[in-house]
Amino acid sequence: MLIPSRRKLTLGAAALALALSFGPALADKTLLNVSYDPTREFYKEFNEAFAADWKAKKGEVVTINQSHGGSGKQARAVIDGLDADVVTLALAGDIDQIANKTDKLPKDWASKLPHNSAPYTSTIVFLVRKGNPKGIKDWGDLAKEGVAVITPNPKTSGGARWNYLAAWAWAEKAFGGDETKVKQYIADLYRNVPVLDTGARGSTTTFAQRGIGDVFISWENEAFLVQKEFGADNFDIIVPSLSIKAEPPVAVVEGVAKAKGNEEVAKAYLEFLYSPAGQKLAAKHFFRPVDEAAADPADLARFPKLELVSIDTDFGGWAAAQKKHFADGGVFDEIYRPTN
Amino acid sequence: MSDAVLPAIERPRAQPMGESGLVKGLLIGTALLFLTAFLFLPLITVFLEGFRKGADVFFDSFSDPDTMAAVKLTLLVAAIAVPFNALVGIAASWAIAKFNFAGKNLLLTLIDLPFSISPVISGLVYVLLFSAHGWLGPWLIANDIEIIFAVPGIVLATVFVTFPFVARELIPLMQSQGTSEEEAALTLGASGFHTFLRVTLPNIKWALLYGVLLCNARAMGEFGAVSVVSGHIRGLTNTMPLHIEILYNEYNFVAAFAVATLLAGLALLTLVAKSFLEWRYAGELAASHRH
Repeated sequence: MLIPSRRKLTLGAAALALALSFGPALADKTLLNVSYDPTREFYKEFNEAFAADWKAKKGEVVTINQSHGGSGKQARAVIDGLDADVVTLALAGDIDQIANKTDKLPKDWASKLPHNSAPYTSTIVFLVRKGNPKGIKDWGDLAKEGVAVITPNPKTSGGARWNYLAAWAWAEKAFGGDETKVKQYIADLYRNVPVLDTGARGSTTTFAQRGIGDVFISWENEAFLVQKEFGADNFDIIVPSLSIKAEPPVAVVEGVAKAKGNEEVAKAYLEFLYSPAGQKLAAKHFFRPVDEAAADPADLARFPKLELVSIDTDFGGWAAAQKKHFADGGVFDEIYRPTN
Repeated sequence: MSDAVLPAIERPRAQPMGESGLVKGLLIGTALLFLTAFLFLPLITVFLEGFRKGADVFFDSFSDPDTMAAVKLTLLVAAIAVPFNALVGIAASWAIAKFNFAGKNLLLTLIDLPFSISPVISGLVYVLLFSAHGWLGPWLIANDIEIIFAVPGIVLATVFVTFPFVARELIPLMQSQGTSEEEAALTLGASGFHTFLRVTLPNIKWALLYGVLLCNARAMGEFGAVSVVSGHIRGLTNTMPLHIEILYNEYNFVAAFAVATLLAGLALLTLVAKSFLEWRYAGELAASHRH
């Protein structure tokens, strides 16, 4: 092993020197926002708005770099040392993981900002092919024979965990809390899944671009985005009788932001999400704003009213749901048997 | 290398093709059909998709600063990894082919290692080593050195994955050439370095060039290992292959295929350069192979 290790050292030093000269030189401040999959378009526009606002208020140029991927995978990268100033992930459980495994975040991070640190919410709906040829109306139809369902892997994707829990909540109500029947229903549903992608965006491409599957269980914002990108005359959105209130939370990674001297701007960045300008942009990009008064009424009118269960009251919070359903040996492992 | 130079060697031999014209036609047809379906068609698709919305949109894709940053990063990584692997590859092949020492077979196996393990594992190894909770992580943080999720990590992963290309080209050639010419030079009073420069290097230059071209193609195209250590920060740690995936995932299909076209174009250029050199110096190549 002599040669490879010497190689590592010399090269590390050479590459380091290059990397130092490679960073953005123009900006006064650089923030890194590590986010999940479907927020790409939203943060692209939001970052420009925030940078303009910060420039006007403080006279300082701030550049925001973005990293996107499956929520669980992104949390893993931050734990491994990805220098995120802020994380904007799909669910609280993933930020909890960062708080548990590192000391970069306080354990009570969720209490630092209003609404459990979730500046926008979303829910889970169905996307079907135009005219709904398989007649999908509610969760029960997804477990029927001959229906191909697209959803990502709950082990790696935040959105997929919301999908799973929404299906569970519906089944619990439909079968009067009989857990054997609920598990059978979930098992039947996942038997209909031909491709289990690792992230929400991968599933979207599978369904919309590659044309696989009859119904795609999707973030509401992602479903609207597909209609926008691929044309509303190709897909219909089906709203089920019951779904889940998905709260994608945000947090300052204090350990990193402090070390980079970004604490103030990182905090302001997240607070800007709650501002009327931020809320309006969220609604424009199909996220349900917490402050509806700030949003464009035309944007709000797109969100259907439906019965929503909550992770805290119906599943006892993320920690409990994670342990029961998604941990190794949990319900998902018990019911999921890939079939070909 | 040996495949590439064989046609240049003229050797009288018996005509082995006793098959009928039909069998010959079938064999050639099958090979052509396979090449068309699995190599030519996908390549054409990349170019067609890139130009689907016209040349303007195609060229507009490259004005995006994030795309330019990805192209620059890929070129930077190749510019570090390829010369480095060429130097270390020559040193390793020289040691293995010209000398006998204990552990020689072990060294040979180690050189092959990056070929035999999955690139994802090559990336994860560096995460385990250099990440915040890795073996060297705390020391790196204390000294404010960034490796993983930054350019050094990408360079390291690329070097690891592309390491065998040069050495694997050189070792068989240098072994078949033996040490007699070097011994002659040394007997005539040349110094060790002088011998290397004037005797060994001219003998291996074509194999070396071929190895460097292959190494370069892979360094620019590597996805798996780089994806693990990159952190996917657009404009900073996205190489071209990673950027193609991002663009594709953002429904920006034209831009994704435009960048893919550039990457495929660089690979084609590499092949053209290789073929040209082989054609231009066919005589010399054959001569060097006869040693």
